Amino acid sequence: MTAVLDRTPPALPPSPVRQPKRARRRGGALLVWISEHVLLTALAVLFIAPVVFVFLTSVMSSNQTLTASLWPETWEWGNYLEVFERAPLARWFGNSALYSGLATAFMLVSSVPAAYVLAKIKIRGANLIFLAIIVAMLLPPQVTAVPVYVMWAELGLTGTLWPLILPNLLGDAFSIFLLRQFFLTVPKEYADAARLDGCSEWGVLTRVIVPMAKPGIAAAGIFLFFHSWNDYFGPLLYASESPEWWPVSYGLATFRGSHGTDWGLTMAMTMLVLVPVVLIFFFAQRTFVEGITLSGVKG
Amino acid sequence: MTAIDRVVEPAVVPAGSTASAPPPGRPNRPRVRWSIIAMLTPALLGLAVFFVYPLAASVFYSFTRFDLVSPPEWIGLRNYEYLFTKDPMVWQAALNTLWFIVILAPVKIVMALFVAGLLARAKHASGIWRTLFYLPALVPPVASVVAFVFLFNPGTGPVNLVLSWVGIDGPLWFNDPAWSKPSLLLLGLWVMGDIMIIFLAALLDVPRDQYEAASLDGANGVQQFRFVTLPNIVPVLVFALVTGVIAALQYFSEAAVASTVASGKATVGEGASVSFGYPGGSLLTYTQWLYVRGFSQYQLGYASALAVLLFIVAAVFLVLLLRKVKAFSPEGAS
Repeated sequence: MTAVLDRTPPALPPSPVRQPKRARRRGGALLVWISEHVLLTALAVLFIAPVVFVFLTSVMSSNQTLTASLWPETWEWGNYLEVFERAPLARWFGNSALYSGLATAFMLVSSVPAAYVLAKIKIRGANLIFLAIIVAMLLPPQVTAVPVYVMWAELGLTGTLWPLILPNLLGDAFSIFLLRQFFLTVPKEYADAARLDGCSEWGVLTRVIVPMAKPGIAAAGIFLFFHSWNDYFGPLLYASESPEWWPVSYGLATFRGSHGTDWGLTMAMTMLVLVPVVLIFFFAQRTFVEGITLSGVKG
Repeated sequence: MTAIDRVVEPAVVPAGSTASAPPPGRPNRPRVRWSIIAMLTPALLGLAVFFVYPLAASVFYSFTRFDLVSPPEWIGLRNYEYLFTKDPMVWQAALNTLWFIVILAPVKIVMALFVAGLLARAKHASGIWRTLFYLPALVPPVASVVAFVFLFNPGTGPVNLVLSWVGIDGPLWFNDPAWSKPSLLLLGLWVMGDIMIIFLAALLDVPRDQYEAASLDGANGVQQFRFVTLPNIVPVLVFALVTGVIAALQYFSEAAVASTVASGKATVGEGASVSFGYPGGSLLTYTQWLYVRGFSQYQLGYASALAVLLFIVAAVFLVLLLRKVKAFSPEGAS
């Protein structure tokens, strides 16, 4: 838990220098320290409360969720099993895993080499390609939705998740951007030394760059995995009429409407949907946080 | 493809050497070039198929009537004429989106900066604080919306229950057209962790001696923020603001899921978008309206006109971002 962002914060406010004021200032600093921590604690309670309430409701009996109450009278752990019977949750999880897993694998195969070329090899037109990638990654997906949908309809693949998985074989703009930023941080000399030793460009990529940029590649992979796992617009567009293809993120949104108003079960499912994401985060926090910082403009 | 055919330099020149020395890798040149083409081709194809072509095709479709069954039929500017003069919902949808741009994006940034500022000063157990405020950003949006609709539901929700303890009669939140957008704003504040982390990194990068100098000059906390902190984090603020606006411009999933869950309607198949906008059209954003026209009513030509307009607005902010953010220029971010 404590390993997140283990940068040491600079000591603020700086210690006062002039002697006479020191005592007064120290008292003031203590007051500031206390009020800051009271504020932080209050905010923290507000930030944790939603998860606590969702969890407590997820183990309430369906009768109790019909009343306004905060604490479960009986702890119905069975809710977590019952959701698997009330909805094809196992299948939804399987679809999410298929979508996120394949999308991530395909993205890495196609985007790592492209990002390497853009970061490490001087080619004519590189700036134009880079510009196109930036615009493609920032463009609202709804702008291109119609023609892309028409393409997939002609291929007979609407009604499945393939229109969301297969494009990753042809690179993902945000991933290429992020990978390029990471590859730029690998000193040029390593690649040059490998080339002098007779390494081909593939050799430089696989034996020098990839091993040195592993955290960056992991971050790009995790980002795309989360992006696919959380995606709602994509499954709505392509698979809303094919329940057998629904991923959890889409299925969860439909659960309350189609399975009555049992908030207890709905909250149990909500907890289940966020567990994989939180687990991955705790296994890869540092990589993750580095990735966020680099994707936002450092530099 | 043309870009890679003309490889200028196979990048075999060692660091520091000038053009005078023959590059040692020269015998390898043809192989180098082919491998570069192989590495770049998938991504270039992807840009062509999923970016350049659809952008051009959207413009073409926007001048046609097209329902996916029969081929597109050219109708000139009639889609645009309908968009600007007759569409019953487009202005309401655009105004809803504008609310998220003007209110949600800036308020989220202020909140993220405020929390980041507190965290930058917290020395004890800083890792735990940071994880705690970041974690909500990880929750899948659909899950967080479902959770918030439950928390704020007027009947049995904990929020109104707690409010009633202090004598406040809570509003209907997601079920009241006047409160549905503010409810989503609260959700937006809860998930501000991504921006907060970026702000925190920027705040920790502000050189400490600048604060010391300001403090020696007698600057108080507010003045230090104004004259030391702010100038140092302007690039990050611009980045956060412009990406925030671009995100608000395409605000879709949170609003769509909130409407779906709060209305309590099943959403299978054709009915997937019937509850969009609930309550009372207050959450119908521009991109949802595009979805409804295009993919529920299969008016793909008209949806393309809506898409072209969205692109024009987005392009303004894209240009701003490309000009102001160093990481997005090819030479930046080294």
